[in-house]
Amino acid sequence: MSEPGSGVSGADAYNFAYLDEQTKRMIRRALLKALAVPGYQVPFASREMPMPYGWGTGGVQVTAACLVPEDRLKVIDQGADDTTNAVSIRKFFSRTAGVETTEHTAEATLIQTRHRIPETPLRKGQILVYQVPIPEPLRFLEPRETETRKMHELEEYGLMHVKLYEDIARHGQIATSYAYPVKVEGRYVMDPSPIPKFDNPKLGDNPAIQLFGAGREQRIYALPPWTKAVSLDFDDHPFQASKAPHDCDLCGAAHSYLDEVITDDRGGRMFVCSDTDFCTGRQAAGHRGRLSPQEGL
Amino acid sequence: MYVAVKGGERAIDNAHAWLAEERRGDPAVPELSVAQIRQQLRLAVNRVMAEGSLYDPDLAALAIKQARGDLIEAVFLIRAYRTTLPRLAAANPVDTAAMAVDRRISATFKDLPGGQVLGPTFDYTHRLLDFALAAEGAEVPPAAIAPAAPGPVPHVTGFLNRDGLIEDAPPSDATPPDMTRDPLELPASRALRLQAITRGDEGFVLSMAYSTQRGYGRTHAFVGELRIGRVGVEVEIPELGFAVEIAEVELTECETVNQFKGSKTEPPQFTRGYGLVFGQSERKAISMSLVDRALRWRELGEDDSGAPAQDEEFVLYHCDNIQATGFLEHIKLPHYVDFQSELELVRRLRTEAATLQEAAE
Repeated sequence: MSEPGSGVSGADAYNFAYLDEQTKRMIRRALLKALAVPGYQVPFASREMPMPYGWGTGGVQVTAACLVPEDRLKVIDQGADDTTNAVSIRKFFSRTAGVETTEHTAEATLIQTRHRIPETPLRKGQILVYQVPIPEPLRFLEPRETETRKMHELEEYGLMHVKLYEDIARHGQIATSYAYPVKVEGRYVMDPSPIPKFDNPKLGDNPAIQLFGAGREQRIYALPPWTKAVSLDFDDHPFQASKAPHDCDLCGAAHSYLDEVITDDRGGRMFVCSDTDFCTGRQAAGHRGRLSPQEGL
Repeated sequence: MYVAVKGGERAIDNAHAWLAEERRGDPAVPELSVAQIRQQLRLAVNRVMAEGSLYDPDLAALAIKQARGDLIEAVFLIRAYRTTLPRLAAANPVDTAAMAVDRRISATFKDLPGGQVLGPTFDYTHRLLDFALAAEGAEVPPAAIAPAAPGPVPHVTGFLNRDGLIEDAPPSDATPPDMTRDPLELPASRALRLQAITRGDEGFVLSMAYSTQRGYGRTHAFVGELRIGRVGVEVEIPELGFAVEIAEVELTECETVNQFKGSKTEPPQFTRGYGLVFGQSERKAISMSLVDRALRWRELGEDDSGAPAQDEEFVLYHCDNIQATGFLEHIKLPHYVDFQSELELVRRLRTEAATLQEAAE
């Protein structure tokens, strides 16, 4: 128990990783259920966290329920370790759980992410926790939760296919570029959170455990290791992972997801890896891009 | 040349330091105390307690101070604190019939047992700025005091119930659900709906109630009774075998009497809407009872007119201002990655459109 007004700064007043053990237990139960029924959205009694809804409260609760003192935590937002909210969440856990943190994907045992899957392939034993704003892939086709739950129950995904078809009829292609829905083990259609569709192929057959937490919407879902997660498409319009048609200007990587950075007001721009750990790792290994500083300068 | 955006941590620390300075304002002006806020901004304190779902005027006042007067931010501070508190026991239902009333009015009967008590209300003030308040130090003359009228202050709906003119509301010993401990699942019981609305955003609940008055799910409400006062909170102590009063809380209770012409399943009679809110929060309590009544269309066999206030899912999913403000404001967080994928999509679609046009020319 804590004294009134102690806030988060009174870290000693809080349990390991902030949440009390009963709450963690409740979340772990939901996680186990989610792992047992891949892609199914498990309702859970999401708690009010000391950061706002929309800032990753679902991911933070899942992380809190999974962390053990031996863990090494990495937090990324938009692929980067140094974006403000990633910094803030990492700080929260190093304060409330005292766990080691890292920026290196390969060294982390648990990675909390917003909007990206790291470029470096994950391995067995790692946990990737996604922050999810809207867990329901059918939400923008049907606003009512009572309806969409029924649609999942009945495996009634026709509406989604009609939407994708209408995209093709109107634009000649599927006009969804992020939060691109996948079908899990041939059963549940799942929202992979707003990752770019470039990342979708990494969802399936991944050796790591992938957990999804939506705090405001009170839902948890999961992809156990080596689960099939197939991006929805049509035979004549197969799914295509896309990225900017450039190489990274700092490390020269040709197959990583890129951020576009505006460098002046005359149309100047550069492209750099959104995964900062991947990019700095490559630069340290001697890879160079179009705009890398010249050697010896 | 691109410089990697480093230093997020220092930026955050600096932002917090600046925020603290802004909160304090000009140091030449004396600092506001928590006690001052509690005493002189009581209605703000009440709102923060109601929407924060925590009855603690000192903490609410502290939250208002810390939030620089942003009441939703203050509610958020209280909620985040509340969530860490252990649940030690469940109190017995409070007995609002035994309330020590500061204010008690009925719009349906001119006089009634217990009487009409105006209490400290803005109702009949003329809204003229009182420039005398701008000068500090003016003493407020003490208000006249009369001894409280003896005898109970029974509920108005009880009188109507005796004649069978209003629907019965049988008491129930069922343990109410706790929406802060279980995920929201629909359809919700009335107890759960009331729980959601009493902590819902005052502005949202007000607008929903107002919309029913203007015809979007009409409820034909009369304020049967509005009472504000203090009630004792009792907890059963198993070791003792009886209940002990552990606290006193201020509540506003509103019971509306709603016209009802009868339906296929129910005879013509008056029906009820109910509002109960922490502190003196009249606007909220009245709004709550109208929205409660509007949401009861199904059990009373009324038609669904498709009005937002009749839509349980719409009301319950959108009345919480902490959820709403969080999700709304989160769009200012970085979305580079998603925006980048949209940029590529639009560029690709434009290139294809241009190619098609060229081919056509």
